[in-house]
Amino acid sequence: MEIRECVLPFEACDLTMVNRVGGKCASLGELLRAQIPVPPGYAITTDAYEHFLEENGLSRKVLARLDNLDELNINEVNSASADIRSWIEAGTISLPMEDIVAEHYRLLSRRARTPAAPVAVRSSATAEDLPNASFAGQQDTYLWVRGVDDLLDKIRKCWSSLFTPRAISYRIKMGFDHSKVLISVAVQKMVRSFTAGVMFTLNPSTGDPATVVIDSNWGYGESVVSGEVTPDQFQVNKITMEITKKTVSDKAVYYTTDPETDEVKKLEVDAERRVQQSLLDAEILDLAKLAKRIEKHYGKPMDIEWATEKSLPYKGEVFILQGRPETVWSQKEVKPIVEPKKSALEHIVAGLLAGKKIR
Amino acid sequence: MADLKFPSPHEVERLPGTDGWERMYPNHYQFSTENLERKSYEEGMFWFYDGLHYPEPMYPFDIIWDEAWFLALSQYNNRIFIVPPAKGIDHRIVNGYIYITPLPVTNQEEIPKRVEEFMKRAGYYYQNWVDLEKAWEGKMRGIIQQLVDIEIPTLPEMEEESVVFEGKGISTGYRLLNAYDKLIDLGILCWQYHFEFLNLGYAAYVFFMDFCQKAFPDTPPQKLTQMVSGIDVIMYRPDDELKKLAKLAVELGVDDLCRKGDCETVLKAMQGSDNGKKWLEAFEKARDPWFYVSSGTGWYHTDFSWNDDLNLPLSFMNIYIDKLKAGESIERPMRKVQEERDRLTEGYRALLKTDEDRATFDQMLTQARTVFPYVENHLFYVEHWFHSIFWNKMRDVAKILLEFQFITDVEDMWFMTRAEIKDALWDVVTSWATGCKPRGPLVWPKEIAWRKQCMERFREWTPPSAMGTVPEMINEPFTILLWGITSESMANWAKLKAIKEGDVSKIVGFAGSPGTVEGPARVCRNVREIAELQEGEILVATTTSPSWAPAFQKIKAAVTDVGGVMCHAAIVCREYGLPAVVGTGSATSRIKTGQRIRVDGATGEIDIIS
Repeated sequence: MEIRECVLPFEACDLTMVNRVGGKCASLGELLRAQIPVPPGYAITTDAYEHFLEENGLSRKVLARLDNLDELNINEVNSASADIRSWIEAGTISLPMEDIVAEHYRLLSRRARTPAAPVAVRSSATAEDLPNASFAGQQDTYLWVRGVDDLLDKIRKCWSSLFTPRAISYRIKMGFDHSKVLISVAVQKMVRSFTAGVMFTLNPSTGDPATVVIDSNWGYGESVVSGEVTPDQFQVNKITMEITKKTVSDKAVYYTTDPETDEVKKLEVDAERRVQQSLLDAEILDLAKLAKRIEKHYGKPMDIEWATEKSLPYKGEVFILQGRPETVWSQKEVKPIVEPKKSALEHIVAGLLAGKKIR
Repeated sequence: MADLKFPSPHEVERLPGTDGWERMYPNHYQFSTENLERKSYEEGMFWFYDGLHYPEPMYPFDIIWDEAWFLALSQYNNRIFIVPPAKGIDHRIVNGYIYITPLPVTNQEEIPKRVEEFMKRAGYYYQNWVDLEKAWEGKMRGIIQQLVDIEIPTLPEMEEESVVFEGKGISTGYRLLNAYDKLIDLGILCWQYHFEFLNLGYAAYVFFMDFCQKAFPDTPPQKLTQMVSGIDVIMYRPDDELKKLAKLAVELGVDDLCRKGDCETVLKAMQGSDNGKKWLEAFEKARDPWFYVSSGTGWYHTDFSWNDDLNLPLSFMNIYIDKLKAGESIERPMRKVQEERDRLTEGYRALLKTDEDRATFDQMLTQARTVFPYVENHLFYVEHWFHSIFWNKMRDVAKILLEFQFITDVEDMWFMTRAEIKDALWDVVTSWATGCKPRGPLVWPKEIAWRKQCMERFREWTPPSAMGTVPEMINEPFTILLWGITSESMANWAKLKAIKEGDVSKIVGFAGSPGTVEGPARVCRNVREIAELQEGEILVATTTSPSWAPAFQKIKAAVTDVGGVMCHAAIVCREYGLPAVVGTGSATSRIKTGQRIRVDGATGEIDIIS
C-alpha cells in the first residue's frame, strides 16, 4: 500500500468506493458531486485502518479474540470489546501516516481560515447505510476536535468503535464476517451549528412522497439524532415549495461548544428560546430545495442530516452533513394505490361504495 | 377523537313568543314524536345544519328553493341515476333553520343491482357530458326567456273589449292566478335542471381528490383543487365585463364621467358625447345577462343583482379605472394560474410510483376537468340569472297584494308561504270578480307582524351544528364535497365548540387558499359594505359571491363564515394567490373591523392580534 492512499478528500469519493472509504464518506463525496454544500473534509481510508492493524500486529489478534464468541453472552462480548478497543486505542500510528493525516488537516485548516480548525471525526464503516442493514449510529462520532494529536486520538477511537459490544453482537447475529467489515474515518470541517437536525424527502409517518419533513433543534444535530429532545417539525410541499405545517416544540436541551473549555457541551435552552421556531422560513425552504436536489441525484427517497450557521441578515448558510437512502418506506413493496380500472366511472362507483368514514 | 355527541332533534329549545312557528313552513319539515317509527327514524339519523346555504333563518317564501332541491337532488340520486349506496337527502326545520341528512341504502343486497343501473345511466351522462351540457344551456336559456315573458297582470276595472270581440273567454283574474302558477312552476323546473349534472359532477371531483389524498396524504386539499383550476368558467364573466367597460372608458376618454356621482348622473352625462354614447352601448350590452349576477348567493330574496342597483357595478368599475390610471394590470392572472396548474399536475403525476396509478390519475383528472365548468357555471344560470329575475317577478305579485292591502310593504310577502300566496291571490281575484271586500287584509298584516318577531327571535338563536346520531360512513357525494362532512370536519366542529368556550383570540376554519398574512380586518356583511373596503385589508364576510370579485383586487386575504374548499372565496383567492380561511362558522361575529388579524391559509387558523 502506498501511504498516500491513506487519505482521500471527499471530492475524490463517490458511491462506488464504499469499500475504501465507508458509506458515510462515499455519500459525502456523492453529495459534492451533486453540487450540494457539504463542509469540506477527507476520508481516512480503510487502507489506513488495515495498515494500522498490521503495523501493530493486531489483525490476527483481534480476529482470534472474537473467535467462537457467543453473541448472547453479554459479559463475554463486553470483555472482548474492552480488550480489542484498548489494543486499538493504544496502538501507534506510523510516522508516514501521521504526516499525511497532519498535512491534510493543515490544508483543511487553511481552507477554513482557522488555526487548528475544529473538525467532526465520524466513523464511516463499510457496512453501514446499506439498504438492507442499518449500522447507522453504531460507531462513534466526535465533535469539535482540534489539533493533530487530538485528531489522531479520535481516529483511533473511531477505529476501535468498530468493536463496540453492540457492533460485535450485531455482526454475529446478521452473519457478517468480522474480517470483511472495515472502517474508514470522515474528518470534516465542523459547522458551528446554530440549528441542526435531520430531514426526509418523504413524510416518514405517512409516506407522502410530495412532502419534505424537517426536524430541527438549536445547536448541533446530536440532540435530534439521539432523540434527546422533541424537535420542531416543518413540512414543505415539494411541488409548490410552500411550508404546509409547522410544529414548534418545547426544546429543553441543545449541544454547543463551550467557548471556555473549547469542548462540546449539553446545555439547557433558555426559557424564551425553548418554544421559539428554531429555523427561519427562508432556511426551511433552502433546506427543502437541497433535499429535493439530493433526492433527484440519488433517484430515491433520502434521509439527510443538516446544519445551519448563523448569519443575520440571512444569507443562506445551510449545509448538508450526511445523506443516506431512506429505509422504511423504500423497503415497502410498490403496489398501486387503488386497483386499476377501465374508466373513471368505475373508479367513481368504487369510491361511492367505499364512502367516507366519519367515525 | 373529538367528542361527537350531538343533541336529540326532539329536545331542541323552544323560543319564547314563537309558539306556532311551525305553520310558517311545510308540515313535513317538522321533527315530531307523534309516531314511534318517525320518532326513532329522526333520532337515528345525523342531521346537520345547512349553514352553507342558509346562514339566516328561512323566510317562509324563500324555503321554496330548499323544497326544490330536496326533491331534485333526491330524485337524481335515488330515482334517476340510482347512486349505488346513497338515496336522497331528507330535510327538517327547527326555529327557522334547515337541517339535512343523507339517506344511505341500508339493504346491501340492493346495491349490485343499483351499481348496474348507475353504470348504465350515469355512464351515459359522463360519456356525453359536453353535448348534454350544451343542451342543458339551451334548456336554461329557454326557461329564463319564459320567465322574462311572464307578465303579472294588474286587475282592471273592466276587461278590455278584446276579451269579448276576440272570444278569449278568460279574465285577468284567471291570468293572474295562472301567471303565479307559471312563475312557481318555472322556479321548480329550473331546480330540476340545476341538479341534472350536479351530483355526478361532484362525484367525479370528490373521487379525484380522494385518490390524490391517498397518494399524497399530507397535501392540503386546496393544493389538489389547483390541478382542476384555470379553466375558463362564466363565473368570472361579470367581473370581466366590468374590466372591459373600465378599459373602454379609459380608451374613449370618458373615465372622468364615470366618477360624476351616482349611476343615474353618470348615464345621463354619457349621453352628452359620441364617445359617451359608445360606452353606454357597451354598458347596456353587458347588462343582459352579466349584470344579473347576484350580490349574494342568490338564495335569498334579500340578495339583489347589479341590475337592481347599477351603482354597485359602477363603483366596482371605478376601482378598475383607478388601477388602470395608476398603470397597474387588472387582468386575472389566468396564464399564471394555468402554468401553475400544469406544473402541479406534472409534479404530482411524476411522484406516483406505478403505471397503474398514473393511469388512474389521468382518468380521474380528465373527468374532473370535464365536469368542472358545469359545477361552476350552473350557479350563474340558476342562482344568479334566473333567481334575480324571479325575485323581481315575485315582487310584481307582491304589488298586487299590496294594492289590495293584504300587506303593508312589498317586502312583507316573503313572510307568506307560496301556498298561502296562492290562496291570498284567490281571495284577491274572487273579491275583485265579485266586487266585495277580500278577507286577507283582516288576516295577513297581523299574522306577518307576528311572523316578523318570530324571525327576530330565530336570528338571535344559535342553531346547533348537528343533531342526532353520527353514522359510521357517508356515501353521498354532495354532502361530502359541499359541506366537507368528514371525520376531520367533525373534529373541527367540536374544536370550534371548545374554542368558543375558551380562547377568544383564535378562530379555526378550513384552509381555503395557502399563505400567511397579517393586517387589519374589514367585516362586510353585505355587498354594499364593500365600498368601505380599503386597500390591504383582510375581508371578513359571511360568504362571498361572483359579484364581489372586484373586492379581491383590494384585499390581502379573505375569511368567511360558511363554505368549504370549493366555495367562491376559496376559489377566487387561489386564482389570485391570496390566503383564505373559509367555513369558520363565526368569524363575522367574533372579528371587529379594524382589529389586526393573522390569517394562515395553509392551516385554516386565524389569530386576533389586537
